[in-house]
Amino acid sequence: RMFLRLLSDVRWWTVRPRWKSTSSFRHTTTSSAESSTISLPAQAQVVICGGGIMGTSVAYHLSKLGWKDIILLEQGRLAAGSTRFCAGIVSTVRHLSIELKMADYSNKLYQQLEQETGIKTGYMKTGSISLAQTQDRLISLKRIASRLSVMGIPCEILAPKQVSQLHPLINIHDLVGAMWVPEDAVVSSADVSLALANAASQNGVQIHERTSVSHVMVQKGCVTGVETDRGQIKCQYFVNCAGQWAYELGLSNEEPVSIPLHACEHFYLLTRPLKKPLESNTPTIVDPDGRIYIRSWQGGILSGGFEKNPKPLFTEGRNQLEIQNLHEDWDHFEPLLSSLLRRMPGLEALEIMQLVNCPESFTPDMRCVMGESPTVQGYFVLAGMNSAGTSFGGGAGKYLAEWMVNGCPSENVWPLDLKRFGALQSSRTFLRHRVMEVMPLIYDLKVPRWDFQTGRQLRTSPLYDRLDAQGARWMEKHGFERPKYFVPPGKDLLALDQSKTFYKPDWFDIVGSEVKCCKEAVCVIDMSSFTKFEISSTGDQALEVLQYLFSNDLDVPVGHIVHTGMLNEEGGYENDCSIARVNKRSFFMISPTDQQIHCWAWLKKHMPNDSNLLLEDVTWKYTALNLIGPRAVDVLSELSYAPMTPEHFPSLFCKEMSVGYANGIRVMSMTHTGEPGFMLYIPIEYALHVYNELMSVGQKYGIRNAGYYALRSLRIEKFFAFWGQDLDTFTTPLECGREFRVKLDKGTDFIGRDALMQQKQEGVCKRFTMFILEDHDTDLDLWPWWGEPIYRNGLYVGKTTSSAYSYTLERHVCLGFVQHFDEETREALVVTPDFINRGEYEIDIAGQRFQAKAKLYPFSSVFTHRRRKDEMELSGYHGK
Amino acid sequence: MLAASCCDRRMCVCPGPRRIAIPVRSSRLPLFSDAMPAPTQLFPLIRNCEIGRIYSTVCHCHHKHLCCLSPHLAHNHLRCTPQKKLAALCCPKENFNPFIHTRSYVSTPQRFYLTPPQVNSILKANEYSFKVPEFDGKNVSSVLGFDSNQLPANAPIEDRRSAATCLQTRGMLLGVFDGHAGCACAQAVSERLFYYIAVSLLPHETLLEIENAVESGRALLPILQWHKHPNDYFSKEASKLYFNSLRTYWQELIDLNSGETTDVKEALINAFKRLDNDISLEAQVGDPNSFLNYLVLRVAFSGATACVAHIDGVDLHVANTGDSRAMLGVQEEDGSWSAVSLSCDHNAQNENEIERIKLEHPKSEEKSLVKQDRLLGLLMPFRAFGDVKFKWSIELQKRVIESGPDQLNDNEYTKFIPPNYHTPPYLTAEPEVIHHRLRPQDKFLVLATDGLWETMHRQDVVRIVGEYLTGVHHQQPIAVGGYKVTLGQMHGLLTERRARISSVFEDQNAATHLIRHAVGNNEFGTVDHERLSKMLSLPEELARMYRDDITIIVVQFNSHVVGACQNEEF
Repeated sequence: RMFLRLLSDVRWWTVRPRWKSTSSFRHTTTSSAESSTISLPAQAQVVICGGGIMGTSVAYHLSKLGWKDIILLEQGRLAAGSTRFCAGIVSTVRHLSIELKMADYSNKLYQQLEQETGIKTGYMKTGSISLAQTQDRLISLKRIASRLSVMGIPCEILAPKQVSQLHPLINIHDLVGAMWVPEDAVVSSADVSLALANAASQNGVQIHERTSVSHVMVQKGCVTGVETDRGQIKCQYFVNCAGQWAYELGLSNEEPVSIPLHACEHFYLLTRPLKKPLESNTPTIVDPDGRIYIRSWQGGILSGGFEKNPKPLFTEGRNQLEIQNLHEDWDHFEPLLSSLLRRMPGLEALEIMQLVNCPESFTPDMRCVMGESPTVQGYFVLAGMNSAGTSFGGGAGKYLAEWMVNGCPSENVWPLDLKRFGALQSSRTFLRHRVMEVMPLIYDLKVPRWDFQTGRQLRTSPLYDRLDAQGARWMEKHGFERPKYFVPPGKDLLALDQSKTFYKPDWFDIVGSEVKCCKEAVCVIDMSSFTKFEISSTGDQALEVLQYLFSNDLDVPVGHIVHTGMLNEEGGYENDCSIARVNKRSFFMISPTDQQIHCWAWLKKHMPNDSNLLLEDVTWKYTALNLIGPRAVDVLSELSYAPMTPEHFPSLFCKEMSVGYANGIRVMSMTHTGEPGFMLYIPIEYALHVYNELMSVGQKYGIRNAGYYALRSLRIEKFFAFWGQDLDTFTTPLECGREFRVKLDKGTDFIGRDALMQQKQEGVCKRFTMFILEDHDTDLDLWPWWGEPIYRNGLYVGKTTSSAYSYTLERHVCLGFVQHFDEETREALVVTPDFINRGEYEIDIAGQRFQAKAKLYPFSSVFTHRRRKDEMELSGYHGK
Repeated sequence: MLAASCCDRRMCVCPGPRRIAIPVRSSRLPLFSDAMPAPTQLFPLIRNCEIGRIYSTVCHCHHKHLCCLSPHLAHNHLRCTPQKKLAALCCPKENFNPFIHTRSYVSTPQRFYLTPPQVNSILKANEYSFKVPEFDGKNVSSVLGFDSNQLPANAPIEDRRSAATCLQTRGMLLGVFDGHAGCACAQAVSERLFYYIAVSLLPHETLLEIENAVESGRALLPILQWHKHPNDYFSKEASKLYFNSLRTYWQELIDLNSGETTDVKEALINAFKRLDNDISLEAQVGDPNSFLNYLVLRVAFSGATACVAHIDGVDLHVANTGDSRAMLGVQEEDGSWSAVSLSCDHNAQNENEIERIKLEHPKSEEKSLVKQDRLLGLLMPFRAFGDVKFKWSIELQKRVIESGPDQLNDNEYTKFIPPNYHTPPYLTAEPEVIHHRLRPQDKFLVLATDGLWETMHRQDVVRIVGEYLTGVHHQQPIAVGGYKVTLGQMHGLLTERRARISSVFEDQNAATHLIRHAVGNNEFGTVDHERLSKMLSLPEELARMYRDDITIIVVQFNSHVVGACQNEEF
């Protein structure tokens, strides 16, 4: 049986012949003696590094999609790393919907894998029970349950008593509830991996064990081959599935590829069988409050967990000493053992078999890393599974294979995209500190608006200290510190920090007063984190390339600002930005903070190699202050001795002017919220001066600091979509009511034009809609967050993408997409405004449905400003 | 009551938060409104809102597991617990109380406060260790050395510590001093008391020798060798004044020469009383130098308790005034630890003290003497240095204050006369002295201010120090390999190991180790880093509400020397 391999290498060899006989590998080398005899091919289309579940899954899916010329290299033996040691739980209990989809696909794949390949995978549908010891945890489970059920995955919220009916050993006395997902399964992950490898090799994939990659060869930013200890292989594509070694492998390149992940030790316990052996289909228990998981294993149990004090390792790269130190550490495991015995007191007399130490790799944001490197074309990565490799293996491999073959995956994988990180997340110290926070987080309660505490204060605005001294509370985005809100002096800080709740947070009034000030007077928000690029050229090249890359018409008079999307071939948003024409040949481009790497890579990829065309990242050169409010005009005109009224400075206009003593400040009449005001792009050395001047002059107009939470409330009540939150690569401008920002007949072709033309004719299948919660009590009910299912006339039609409390409407506002599924075929039909308007809507927050009113256009009557419709700036790229 | 920090840091003459309370009828919540007039009148410097904030944190401070319990519980706890230390509270508004939530869903507390190295740097800032030097590879002293440390809660800290070796007689002096109403008195006592004790112990000839040396301007015989942490300072300005007072004392001793050998117990009592007398006298006489004049007044109007140990061979004397404590750590034959108290607390929990005070005053005052466990309803310790407000007649107080500097005159506290003040003095600095002959099983002595004793039981203190000093913490990693072990057995083994390991590794100083436990212990008696860092990261003005200044000296005895001494004598 495969499990024995967990225990000794000797048995691996004894088991091996059986596996070999069932497989039809021809090219596979199975021992070191043989390996030297079969030489590596000189070239291939794809080289995959890593024979764990990720590498084999990518190989499997690539070969399924028709690519045959693939070589998989494994430094040791197949499925011998984390894959061999992991607990083999396949669970769809995930917070992110993309992760949920990957797990669901994996589950279905593994289920039929044995039939497909003839190799036993140990697949057993056990179901899983996630326990809640607290009310907050139960809310968190209910939120997942409502997402699972709209995915068609059966699940049920249970009372403690029902739990004991499902599992014989469990102590339910400290439980408040649980979630039962009957379709979840367990597998032997090593066997799954071998089955995938087997199937892949039948499809023509060559697998070479005991071959290690030393580095990837790159020419002109493209992969050309790999260098191994057994010679070179030329290739077009390289896939880094090296698990916890992926980081080191990425750095070994001449032009390093930053793959931020870091390994931590992870322990689980194996026991001998119980007196009355546990049934193999006993449900898997996940007790996140107790930080443990428990599954049935060979009549006994397998139980591990994610402790509060992880032990990171391999920080300095592969270290022989550390590898040898991978022993059982019982003292470290003690809290988890206590927790296990508390959950199942009947196990006291059960005999221990082994404590397994298997390192797992973790990423800075607890989401896996996949996709193409922003710097090296053809260099793909799939790693950093945060110890959910078995659950994600199938799905992640499928998406990556689609990405390589089709140029993009079939789902929005931006939350997992390697390009959400840059080189700034690749410091070893940062990774070591951050994963120590991430690993416990796996079982920590995930409450809304959670911020990492480690690895902070990396990128800051020059005003950081000033704002901090004035009570700023900070959040981090792409390493940049941004103020959330400002705690007024005299507030009890100790109490404020304990405000992590699914209900009304205690910053409610603070943000409310900031919003009020934005509406009635004037506020300053430091928005320096936004990505800022400058594109200039000697001739018209800059305009030409931008016209091709963006859907709106950029051939506007100097000084104008254009909101536009950067679309892909399907018409989906790759980026959403504001572009100011600074002069005839130079453009200033503002994008969301986390677009810094992605947008850069996209531009670089599509720009002609022309030395007269210059693209520069000027993010660090400017401090951005957003001056929001009706009195912003007064403050700025007093500081610049220039008239700032709409007659002199119309909306969406950009001018370089002096503010205070400082000259050359880029003033733009937009605020990203729909409120009147200005964005000031200030060369950093003037930042403090301009800020001080604004605050002192603004005093008589009631100026105050505000943070992103206020901005968020403002933009959501104005129905502004945010890229990365509301918009993604699968959303077109037509689907979110932005036809007016697409100039199909601007005279030049642009990426995505054909797709939009077609969509315009056929109509859209989803529509961005604003919902106002009707019977929701802000003080007493659970708050919406994002990802809540939307029901129309009782039928599921979509999910929310963001939500906020609108202090103006005194209601919650949710934004989300409405689809129209055919009741029979589940096919997506065209969504018309009429369809939207003629429906009764409900939003499901953790299982409780609230009536909502749907709107396709923002309330203009409630807000008092008179603006022409074409001036409406509907943009926003602020944080969540 | 609860001026969290002193009204004026520089002056430090306002009432400390803990020791002196303003009388109110009750400390319970429902009656707070009654208490309003007194505090506002007396603390004009505290704004209303601050009182609110301070109050809300007081609630916190009064249940020990503040980090672990839900706010809900905290509130209940508050309602049923009489306020022990802070007799007066005021409740200006209803809405500030953060615990009365409509919901109790508040979840995970913030997790990262201070990193372990930051915690350590705070804990170790004041640690000091002294090892008695060895001669010829042998340590002939009964004392191996001592570890001391202190952790401030007040800003500035009001505790002081002193340690010195007597050079003209044998023996070592160690003491902790807990100041109140400022740190001036504790500072003065920490500088001066050991000189008074040393002088009291000196034989007649040595006193003469010293006096002659001073007379003829020759170099003085050194009396004490101090063992000071760099943060422990002596006042330069007052040294001349202090020296003169001390000289007067030894001159009197020379004149009084009884010819008898000096009894340590008597010497300790005399030294305590004499110093307190000098403090009082210096304040009455004043000083032409306005700075010194103000200093002596601050010393006299503030107060300090003292707990001093004198160790000479197997003779251990502990002289105690107030509510600091000396605790002997005794290792029983089975290796377990027990605590032997070598001092009596002079406070309302000590019936003998209440009896003593009642005997010293007319029967008519019986009811007003001790109220709410405080002397005259105000002072927690029943014996102390300084505190002339409880010693001088009303006339004398008024005279001194009126002729004193303006700063003194402006201070509401100094002008305030305790209620029912009829037959002063109500307070004495006379110590209670306990003599103990050291035995080989007496391993160490812990001297600490009440900041430690109110957070930890003496038995725990002795056990923690004992285990620390004997170092039972070195453990091999466990491996199951080949043995039949059940989960239950393993669990028992691990729990035991963890209890032993706790945080011993981090400390090189027994006093630091003890403070770590005192501040960071959770309900299971193990150090909880989260709690520790939370307690240490409290803002200065809140810290005092959660904990008191803690000062600890741990003296380790040399059992071999003690054993040898014993054998010689029998």
